[in-house]
Amino acid sequence: MLPSRFDYHRASSVDEALSLLDQYGEDAKVLAGGQSLIPLMKLRFAAPAHLIDINPISGLDSIEQRDGYLAIGALVRHHQLASSETIAKGYPTLAAAAPQIADPIVRNLGTIGGSLAHADPAGDLGSVTLSMGADVVLRSSSGERTVPIGEFLVDTFTTSITPNELLTEIRVPTPPARSGGSYLKLERKVGDFATVAVAVTLSLEDGTVGNAGIALTGVGLKNIEAAEAAASLRGKDPTDEAFAEAGRLAAAASNPVTDVRGTEAYKRHMVEVYTRRGLAGASAMAAG
Amino acid sequence: MEISVTVNGTARTADVEPRMLLAHVIREEFGLTGTHIGCDTTSCGACTVLLDGSPVKSCTMFGVQADGREVTTVEGLSGADGLHPVQAAFQEEHGLQCGYCTPGMMLVGAALLERDPDPTDDAIRWAISGNLCRCTGYMNIVKAIQAAAKTKAEAAQAAAASA
Repeated sequence: MLPSRFDYHRASSVDEALSLLDQYGEDAKVLAGGQSLIPLMKLRFAAPAHLIDINPISGLDSIEQRDGYLAIGALVRHHQLASSETIAKGYPTLAAAAPQIADPIVRNLGTIGGSLAHADPAGDLGSVTLSMGADVVLRSSSGERTVPIGEFLVDTFTTSITPNELLTEIRVPTPPARSGGSYLKLERKVGDFATVAVAVTLSLEDGTVGNAGIALTGVGLKNIEAAEAAASLRGKDPTDEAFAEAGRLAAAASNPVTDVRGTEAYKRHMVEVYTRRGLAGASAMAAG
Repeated sequence: MEISVTVNGTARTADVEPRMLLAHVIREEFGLTGTHIGCDTTSCGACTVLLDGSPVKSCTMFGVQADGREVTTVEGLSGADGLHPVQAAFQEEHGLQCGYCTPGMMLVGAALLERDPDPTDDAIRWAISGNLCRCTGYMNIVKAIQAAAKTKAEAAQAAAASA
């Protein structure tokens, strides 16, 4: 299958990409890893007149610990996330999710920036970043803005990025010392989209739950932040009962549909199970 | 658009339309039909090639993106001294039946052994989890990659002993 014809532009710097976006933004798509965009173009669901390839840009592929947050360049590949020692040590939710994204070959090309900008409700990193309270950095020729991921992910395949902006960086807050995280994904086979997945990030303060974040994959029109479920845990003892209640609230926040991967009731039930199980795992990890 | 790609160690050039996928460029411009196109939707891994040593699905990358890069296809696995250990092991261990997935499987196996010369069965299964085989049930593919690891280790030992 071949995509529709397009003009190919190679950007070798962020400035060059931004100037190309100023020129062609309305009719252009940015090509990062291409693992979602190219299939969409081949199926003719997307037919951009211009493709701006940002792969040659250097400096967008680093993972850097800064004061209070981890800065992940938009071009960081999933395999880099999965093999980063910084992430393995301090960002358990991300570390748990990275090896479960797509399949090992796709992870060699697919990028974190591309995955988030694609805004697929079955995307794993949307939920991970929601549960961790991450921000994305959007640059245009007139400046830069930092947007919370919850405001960035608007709807299915829709973000709040404007046509002249480039997503350059993802900023993930550094979890406090006694933290844990989990990403439980139900999939029919490696590489399939999640039937259901649940991201959980949690910290303990003096034995009770401090911050908690819960987000759901594949059970709504976008990645869903189960804010009520997370809020129900704050200040509580990390008990099975508290986790079960959060599981029920998360299931109530989900909005799955029946499809080839399962019925609505099954998916909703799995949200409850995975939330409960994910919280127990994250809590055990936080307790050390 | 003019592109220059090092294909199996040889510098090649081609004039390609930007929408041509790397798989098409390899098969039609470079005439290397060992790279198979299976599902054409990034699922099956039959079109896997190595890009600067790492496996990628060549149906999900444009040929123009390979400009200035090194591509290894299944034709590039064998050398002057015959079959690559992974190829020999696939033959020996009956690691293929219809052969459609085989180029991708062998390239992934070869790349894995570069990174992890002594992989567990589990590591092999993870490595090939982006490649579908509808004939073998995978057992003999895993066996073949293990056998190749052994061959390579023995060859390295022999080389060290004679050095």
